[in-house]
Amino acid sequence: MSALLTVEDLWVRFPSRQGVVEAVRGISFSVGRERIGIVGESGSGKSMTGRAILRLIQSPGQVEAKQINFDGQDLLKLPEKQMRGIRGHRISMIMQDPKYSLNPVVTVGEQISEAYRLHSRASRKVAKAKTIEMLNAVQIRDPERVYGLYPHEVSGGMGQRIMIAMMLIPDPDLLIADEPTSALDVTVQMRVLAIMDKLVVERGMGLIFISHDLNLVASFCDRVLIMYGGRIVETCEASRLHEAKHPYTRGLLESTPQLGQKMDRIPVLTRDESWKEAPSVNAIL
Amino acid sequence: MSTQSSSEVAISVSGLSVFFGQGKDLMQAVDEVSFEVKRGSSFGLVGESGSGKSTVLKAITGLATDIDGVMAINGQTLEGKRDKTFYSTVQMVFQDPYASLHPRHTIDRVLSEPMKLYGIENIEKRIVEVLEDVGLGAAFRFRYPHQLSGGQRQRVAIARALVLNPSILLLDEPTSALDVSVQAEILNLLADLRDEHGLTYILVSHDLAVVAHMCEDVAVMNQGKLVEILHVDQMRDMKPADPYTQELLTASMGYDAKKYAT
Repeated sequence: MSALLTVEDLWVRFPSRQGVVEAVRGISFSVGRERIGIVGESGSGKSMTGRAILRLIQSPGQVEAKQINFDGQDLLKLPEKQMRGIRGHRISMIMQDPKYSLNPVVTVGEQISEAYRLHSRASRKVAKAKTIEMLNAVQIRDPERVYGLYPHEVSGGMGQRIMIAMMLIPDPDLLIADEPTSALDVTVQMRVLAIMDKLVVERGMGLIFISHDLNLVASFCDRVLIMYGGRIVETCEASRLHEAKHPYTRGLLESTPQLGQKMDRIPVLTRDESWKEAPSVNAIL
Repeated sequence: MSTQSSSEVAISVSGLSVFFGQGKDLMQAVDEVSFEVKRGSSFGLVGESGSGKSTVLKAITGLATDIDGVMAINGQTLEGKRDKTFYSTVQMVFQDPYASLHPRHTIDRVLSEPMKLYGIENIEKRIVEVLEDVGLGAAFRFRYPHQLSGGQRQRVAIARALVLNPSILLLDEPTSALDVSVQAEILNLLADLRDEHGLTYILVSHDLAVVAHMCEDVAVMNQGKLVEILHVDQMRDMKPADPYTQELLTASMGYDAKKYAT
């Protein structure tokens, strides 16, 4: 599989009064036209990885890598102006909470149209038609009406689908989804996943799916990276996640209650300092 | 549902409806919900957002006032403003341990406040005792919430609920803001406390696996209505009576491309 994105030896550091905090510590992975899941607990560096790819880490944070190669160009070496052409256009990102990602004083339809017009230079009319088509695609009923609504007038699930429509309208090659469905109800969650799934299968989009939910990632993704303490501790095929070997992954799996399986007590994860010291696993295919 | 002999029932809710707003903005959040919770057992309330599951807890604690129906705790019917004995019997633990603790009060102050209100003596001894109970220990007494992790904060929230020795805890999504490994610790703690103190729980959660782990009986809610009450074994066997419950159960098993792809 030809890689769409290759990240090699990525570090994200935040200098602070107590010394430098290393959020991501030398990870390497590649993304093809597939669904890659990044799982880990809070503070494992999974979100920082997604942000670093798009160069969204603000000063004083520092990003360093041998390369972040996207379609033949090193994103770290691009001037900011060209980076803006990539961000949103060729690589999109969906954040966890739609409430904080949408402009509260612009109707959702106009926001999506704007995203389209910015990258395609289409007329307003064409953009509106395209927006309604996209709202339809993310299964919003009555898209004409929703077009004119403000973000506070839509529910959480609908807001997230609007975000997805907005991120997908420029037809990106790579989508980074940071906990895109964690705030959603399970039934809506499945519909949103189906939309992303379709894009990967039909349009050959690459997807980085960042999540804390191991069961979900195991059932949805192709490949999984398990992060702990800023490093990749293990990587495997998603369907074989339940056979994972690393004690951290095992601990996470075992401490997740399962519907189909009765247990008296939930085994508690005991952490080992050595996990942090072991070198990161290379996940470049 | 069969009616148990009244001495065994800790919580009974019958024909409960809850309304918000008035006039043309009147909105019915809970629609004729009835259930009973046996003393010493754990009862789960599941459903999606807006299903009214948290509102049921609000109605029991008296936080939602525009209600219809009859509720009783240990056989005593609840009416109007709740009195002091109610709050020493029933306590609540909220979802977000970051929002439910006052950022500028020490743990000591958080825990001593309810006891001062109730004029309890030997506050100091009780604080140490309850901190031990939730696995934190006396060393945490004079810390502030920002010095604690999410799991430790939720332990403090549980300690605060326990400090008046209640017999009923209402748990509103107590672990959904926590990482799975921390969730495991909190669920184990809740199970231990239930066994040690003979507590009765109502656990509200959107996570069916968590509810199945903790509870014997589970009520499924959808759009304010109680869809069905099923036993945990029925849930584990994926054999609910209602199609909506089936949909919830299937969705919680993970993504299935064949089923959801359009």
